[in-house]
Formats: sequence, structure tokens, C-alpha cells
Amino acid sequence: MAKLSLEELRSLRAKESERLKKRNIHGRDCHIVVCMGTCGIQAGAKIVLNAIVDELEAKGLDNVIVTQSGCSGSCKDEPVVEVHTPALGSVAYGHVDAKVAKDIVNEHIIGGKIISDHKIDLEV
Amino acid sequence: MSFKNYIFVCGGTACESSRSDQIYKNLIEEAKLQGVGDQVQVVKTGCFGFCEQGPIVKILPEDSFYVQVKPEDAKEIISEHVIKGREVTRLLYNKAPKKPLEEVEDIGFYKKQLRVVLRNCGVIDPENIDDYIANDGYVALEKALFELTPEQIIDEVKTSGLRGRGGAGFPTWMKWNFTKQAEGDVKYVVCNADEGDPGAYMDRSTLEGDPHSVLEAMTICGRAIGAHQGFIYIRAEYPLAIHRLEIAMRQAREYGLLGKNILGSGFDYDIEIRLGAGAFVCGEETALLQSIEGHRGMPLPRPPFPAVKGLWGKPTVINNVETWANIPVIIAKGGAEFAKVGTQDSRGTKVFALTGKVKNSGLVEVPMGTTLREIVFDIGGGIANGKKFKAVQTGGPSGGVITEENLDTPIDFGGLQRIGSMMGSGGMIVMDEDDCIVDVAKFYLNFTVDESCGKCFPCRIGGKSLYNILDKITLGNGTEDDIDQLKQISLAMQKGSLCALGQTAPNPVLSTLRYFPEEYEAHIKEKRCPSGKCKKLIRYTIDPQKCIGCTACSRKCPVGAITGELKKTHSINTSVCIKCGVCKQTCKFGAISIE
Repeated sequence: MAKLSLEELRSLRAKESERLKKRNIHGRDCHIVVCMGTCGIQAGAKIVLNAIVDELEAKGLDNVIVTQSGCSGSCKDEPVVEVHTPALGSVAYGHVDAKVAKDIVNEHIIGGKIISDHKIDLEV
Repeated sequence: MSFKNYIFVCGGTACESSRSDQIYKNLIEEAKLQGVGDQVQVVKTGCFGFCEQGPIVKILPEDSFYVQVKPEDAKEIISEHVIKGREVTRLLYNKAPKKPLEEVEDIGFYKKQLRVVLRNCGVIDPENIDDYIANDGYVALEKALFELTPEQIIDEVKTSGLRGRGGAGFPTWMKWNFTKQAEGDVKYVVCNADEGDPGAYMDRSTLEGDPHSVLEAMTICGRAIGAHQGFIYIRAEYPLAIHRLEIAMRQAREYGLLGKNILGSGFDYDIEIRLGAGAFVCGEETALLQSIEGHRGMPLPRPPFPAVKGLWGKPTVINNVETWANIPVIIAKGGAEFAKVGTQDSRGTKVFALTGKVKNSGLVEVPMGTTLREIVFDIGGGIANGKKFKAVQTGGPSGGVITEENLDTPIDFGGLQRIGSMMGSGGMIVMDEDDCIVDVAKFYLNFTVDESCGKCFPCRIGGKSLYNILDKITLGNGTEDDIDQLKQISLAMQKGSLCALGQTAPNPVLSTLRYFPEEYEAHIKEKRCPSGKCKKLIRYTIDPQKCIGCTACSRKCPVGAITGELKKTHSINTSVCIKCGVCKQTCKFGAISIE
């Protein structure tokens, strides 16, 4: 590794702090939970999870935490995704696929609108 | 590719000794085996502080806080948590799944803590300079080299109100300023990492978890005072800290953050490590400098102070690890920002190594002005095993005990001194009703007698005399004039000793005498040890009302001192009894007591 100049140190820091920011959970106010019980996984929750993560990355959103959980209890609606945001509170979506996953990021998180077609009544 | 999970494994000495290294390897191995090797990043990081519950494994983004993890748990953590997204409940600290957006900081142990010195411990990989840089590392150095003049650097430190964390609390900026103003072309910067107080491990953890913060700080100081060489004096018993420092120094040199022409500024600075052999007295600054020079570690009279005549006779700044770790924050964020935390007397935070009879032992960092009660009861979770609180010892062998009545004293340098103890380097040992206060004083004197370098006689002879009297008292041979003797010798040591080791060695005696005179008297006049610790002064007896004659105790007694027939009351032959206490532990009926 070559010795750094001041500019090089600064650009290295900018790059590396982007990397570290992904680990940071402080100050993130939105939380997406993908239910990944056996029922969810066989219904395609893994594809949904990947789609959400990729879309968040593509849109450069860094205030959202994505986590997995077990069975939502509403197996008939799987894959189920819960979204917690300050603006819209807690909302659950059922029958989510890769396209709906993208919509969740774009319409719900960015747009602040509930996607009524897929909203399900679930205690979340 | 972004990772879905980040797994942080504690790489501090405490957790490593409970095989966290194996956990780290197993997690990486299991992730690969189970096909998610590219979805998780396993990071070995610095001390989380919650050593009581170690080894600690923390997983993001869920912020799951796993405690007492074993290497064999790695498989389940990967298959359950990472793949299926279910927390391994049995390993969680509170054994219950977390609610969304609940954070680790909500655990009682962390609630009142504020991590400034330990800002990077448990957050970054200490063996990766990029992690440090990413978390605002070397921002302060940039400022010190390109924006601030040496005078302005010292001004920032002055504004911050930072006082030396090694124990004495001398204003850091004054040390720097004296050294800067001292005449001479060659000056040195020294880091005192000779942490020696029994039970203290703040500095070790800081170096293990965040070695670059110390390197950065020492370089900033070099710039401020006009020095081009730094030394870190660290005891050889800290192999992990030394290893991480060496890695950090190598990486810093590769990036040109140490060495010639740092960042193109024209400023040259480098650091060397010097190993100490683990002599307590070498934590004393003049003895430490002697040891670096290759002499026997013995203190010199001051003045001249190191700021004027230090290493090889050159002006030298010498600060403790924790003091250094504060510097990058002060320079990067400004002294005024730093000074917002703490009390009028003492700014910033202080790290304590909380040990002894407390439920949550570990490393805690709190704002100055936090009360002892908050540390012992809110953070430490109170006394273990439902026993009664007796006292806290702060300041190690130089400090004193603090009792119930002073628990609400806000902790800062002045506050602790007023109640007869001292800040010291930050060891904090909690005692319960089972600890004998005379025995505690004897323990510390035994330590200082061992560690006295023997150069000046008040310390060499005074310490041994104090120890002998305390020993005599605990053996039941104390006489009425012992207390006066203790006080007189203590006074002579305080006035006459050459360095702080001897001057402060009597403190544990004086402070226990001040707060527990009745316990000394019980030992001397009644030949009785109220807490049942001093073996010569206690007697085990069996309560005939409670004994059912089960023979359990007589079978366990290693010397056959207990006699009695089945289903009949037993008795202890006190002339044979060695007071090991096994019978008391064995008895299920509480029939055996100490008199």
C-alpha cells in the first residue's frame, strides 16, 4: 500500500465510512421485517428479501434496517413483509413477490403511501 | 455485494480466554459450510465491556446480543439466526426475542454508560486500519497537521479541561505546554501503558480494541510540542494488546500516517514499543522513563519533572493510555464540545473496571459526575447472591474504601479525594458483608510491599511494618496501641516517600480506619472478625436445634473434626478444625454457623 496524501486519506475515509455505515443501526427509523418461516421461504420469501435489499441499495437508502423473522402466523398470506416507519406506523403486506418488494421500497418507504392491494390485517 | 448480517465477536482478552477466538473461526467456517459465507461478515472487535457475560457475540442489523456463547453454538447461530432469521433465544441476554427497533443500549448494563474512550470497542475491527479511518479515524490528525498551529492544539486540550486519567488528574494541556516551552531540539512523547492496579484493565482493553486512537493522539502531541519520536511503554503481560499495537503501527506506516512526511505535511513522527517486565513501580513516570532507558525501574526525585528533564534528559510528555484515547475526540470535535460532558472539576468520561462482588462485572464508561450508586447498582446490577453491600474500593492500592453513606457522591477527581479515596486509574472493587475490612487493607499492603522498589526507606520499611501490624491483628494478636502505630507509620510514609507508590500505600489503611474503626476494634479488643473471614478469629459450631444428624458434614470434613452418630446431633472439635468451611457449605439445614 502506497503512502497516502491528505486527499487520498479523505477519499479512503469517504469510501470506508459508506461501508461501515451499513453496519450502523443508530438513527435508522424504518424497519422492514421479512417473515421467513418454512411457509414463507417456500412461498418465495428469500427472493423477496433479496429484492428488497437490492432495491434499497439501488436507491441509496441508508435509514432502513432489513431483518428476518419466523412465521408471521398468517401462512395463507405468505410471503409476508412487515414495514415499520414513523410516518405510516406498522403495516403488513401479504403475497409479496419481487415486484411488490420493489414497490414497498419505492411507494411505501420513499413515497409514504400504503400499497392497498397487498395490505393485510395482521397484528404487527 | 452487501452483507445481510454482521457478526461481531468480542476479541478482548477476557472473552478470548473463554475461547472467543474459536467462536470466531467456527462462525466463519459454519457460514461457509452452510452456504452463506458471502452473506455474513464476521468481525473480531474490541471489548464490549460486559465481561461478566462473555464471550459476547453481537449480530446486526437485528442488534441481537448473545452472551456466554460457546464455540459449538456457531452452527446454530448460522443456521437459525442467519439463514432462518430466528434469534437463538437461549443465548440472548434477557432470553426473550427483541421487539423491532429495540437496541442493545436498552440493556440495564449499558443504559447509563457513555462511550467516548471506548467509542470504537465493539464497533470496529482493531486489526483493520480502514475500519478506524471509516469511523472518523485520523480526522484529528488531519486537523492538527493542516489546520491548527501547535499553540491552537494545546488550546483545544486546555478548553477541553482534560485531566490525566492515570490517577493523579494533572491537567493534560499543562504537561504539553511545559514540554513545548522547555528548551531543547529533541523532545519525546511517551504513552504509559504500564497498567498495574489489581483488577484494572481499562488500558489493556482500549489498546486491544482501538490501538489507532493512541497512535493518532501521540502523533498529534508530537506535532504540538515539536517531538518526532514516541514510545509506548507496555507490560509484557499484555501480549494481545502488544500484538494489536504492532499491527496498527505497521498499517499506519504503510499508509504514511507514521514515519517521514506524514500525509505530505513535512512532519516526521514515529513510535516504538518498549516492553516492561511488569513491575508496578514502573507505572510511576520517572521510574518508567528509567526503565525505557534500560536502567532499573526506580523513581527519581521530582523536580525536575519529565516535562523539563525526561527521557534521556530531554523534555518529555508522558500520558496514560486513557488520556491519549480522549485526544482525537477533543481535536476532531473541539475542546468545548468535549467539555460539555462531566463536572466543573473533571470533564469528559471515565472508564472503570468494575469487579468484585457485583452482579455485572465488566468495563464501564460513564460521564464524570455519575454517582457510585449508579455504577454499582444500576450498571453493576447490585451485589451478587443477595448479600449486603459493604464498600467499594477505588484507586487500587493508592485509594481507599467508600461506604454506603458516600454512595451518592458524584465521581470526579475532587469528589473522591474529599471522601478519602481517589480516582486512581479506574479500578473499582465492590465488597460485600463477607469481606473483612482489615483483611482488605492487608491485601493491598501485601501488594505494595511486594511492589516497592526499595529505594527509599519510608516505603520499604514503612510498608512492611504496616503489613506486619495488620497481619498481627488478623491473627488475633492485636494490641491497643496498634491503631496509633498504624496512623503514625502511615503519616511518615505519606510525608517521606520518594514517589506516589510509597506516599499513597497507606491510603487503604487510613481509609478503612476512618470508615470501619469498629471492625479494627472487634479484631483487637474482642478477638473477633465480624465478617468471619479471619480464620484465627472464628469458630464453626453446630446448632443442636437444627442438626438432624444426617452425617453429611462429617463425611465431607477433610480432617475428621466432626463427630456424631446417625440421627443424633453432631459436634465440631475446634482443636482439630482447620476452618475450611466445607461443612457449612454442605449442611442443608443451616445448622452450622460461624462465631
